[in-house]
Amino acid sequence: MKARAFKYERVSTIAQALAAHAAADGDAAFIAGGQSLIPSLALRLQAPGVLIDIAHIDALRGVSVEGDALRIGALTRHAEMLENPLIARHAPLLALAAPFVAHPAIRNRGTIGGSVALADPAAEFPTVLLALRARFEIVGAGGARMVEADDFFRDLFETALEPGELLAAVHVPCARDTDRCAFDELAVRRGDYGLVGCAARVGLDSAGRVTDAGIAFLSVGPKPTRATSVERTLIGGALDEAAIRSAQAALDSDIDPPEDDRTPATMRRRLARVLLGRTLQRLGGAA
Amino acid sequence: MSDMIPVVLNVNGANVARLVEPRTTLADFLREDLQLTGTHLGCEMGACGACLVLIEDRPVHACLTLAVQAAGGRVETIEGITERGALADLQDAFHQRNALQCGYCTPGMLVSAYAILQRGGVPSREEIRDALSGNYCRCTGYEAIVDAIETTAKARDGACTRETQPA
Repeated sequence: MKARAFKYERVSTIAQALAAHAAADGDAAFIAGGQSLIPSLALRLQAPGVLIDIAHIDALRGVSVEGDALRIGALTRHAEMLENPLIARHAPLLALAAPFVAHPAIRNRGTIGGSVALADPAAEFPTVLLALRARFEIVGAGGARMVEADDFFRDLFETALEPGELLAAVHVPCARDTDRCAFDELAVRRGDYGLVGCAARVGLDSAGRVTDAGIAFLSVGPKPTRATSVERTLIGGALDEAAIRSAQAALDSDIDPPEDDRTPATMRRRLARVLLGRTLQRLGGAA
Repeated sequence: MSDMIPVVLNVNGANVARLVEPRTTLADFLREDLQLTGTHLGCEMGACGACLVLIEDRPVHACLTLAVQAAGGRVETIEGITERGALADLQDAFHQRNALQCGYCTPGMLVSAYAILQRGGVPSREEIRDALSGNYCRCTGYEAIVDAIETTAKARDGACTRETQPA
């Protein structure tokens, strides 16, 4: 349970971070909160030659409104999702999901950038950001680029980030007054990896009909998964019991959970259906 | 050894400077370099909570933090928290209620409890349990620990209310 030896470099600008990575010729890892990376090093699942500490780069910090989106710096810690008034106002779904992320002490150190860059299919924030149609600000040797959430999460622990690139921030469309959102998760114990989790956001018109929807699930496949059939089913109708039943029926074609020894795929499908029902009921009730 | 790097940080109110290997966790640094063995190591992967310390007054896992990452920061261990008397009432409550047997988890429990009590007010038992979700106890179970924290929160809240009442 001790990491292999590595070199450590603390940088204070994005340019220094990128240069340090290039100098290591691929044998480097960026570290911010380290709440997933350090156990991975201790278990020797990873053994980079150099650890580049990006936690002191000011450009990766801060939460601000930019036009109709909220820019959340990659170094924003999970605990801040519960404390930041801009997040509470403009991206409340992140605040609703935060209590489900690991344990309080982990939330004090883990960062949203780390969670997104790792892309654990059981993680809460990647799933929330997929439901919110977030965009990801990536910096690299070629400059900065933005990637849509649908294109960012590619496969198991695989994202649009190229080796040596850095996630600088996530951009979340600001919630409108007509939006409703909810998050729920089923886990064996609080703080454990979720068996299934559901992040949901809908826009409602004055008659309570759904104008647009973002529904995403965690732990139902190799990556955070958007339930596009569910979204299509919901649009145009009210969030009544019949609509919720139709949405639950549509979910089957959106997810393809893996078989595993403890949680058979049929069980996960069933749990996802139940969770979708609960989440949508909550959205309807809040309308 | 050529890759040792200098680290300066504040531990329990005193500045310390050491040369450390980058792979040294804060937990190993505290225990082996500073002989602060109140920080316990259980799982070494952030699951058990025995190694919790305060960094900038917030509980974090010393096993999931490298000593080099903590450089320049302010760390407080269970020795620092208890020696300044910040948890004397909670320690008494743990004693009264038998909230420990082997004591291995206790430093981590106290650090989590410190954060709960810092928030003020009287949390529900459910909230206390939730805040302790990352702390494992393998002998007493959690009932007595929750009791001790609840008792302390109520006593502090009561003292607080009395102080603010007009004479």
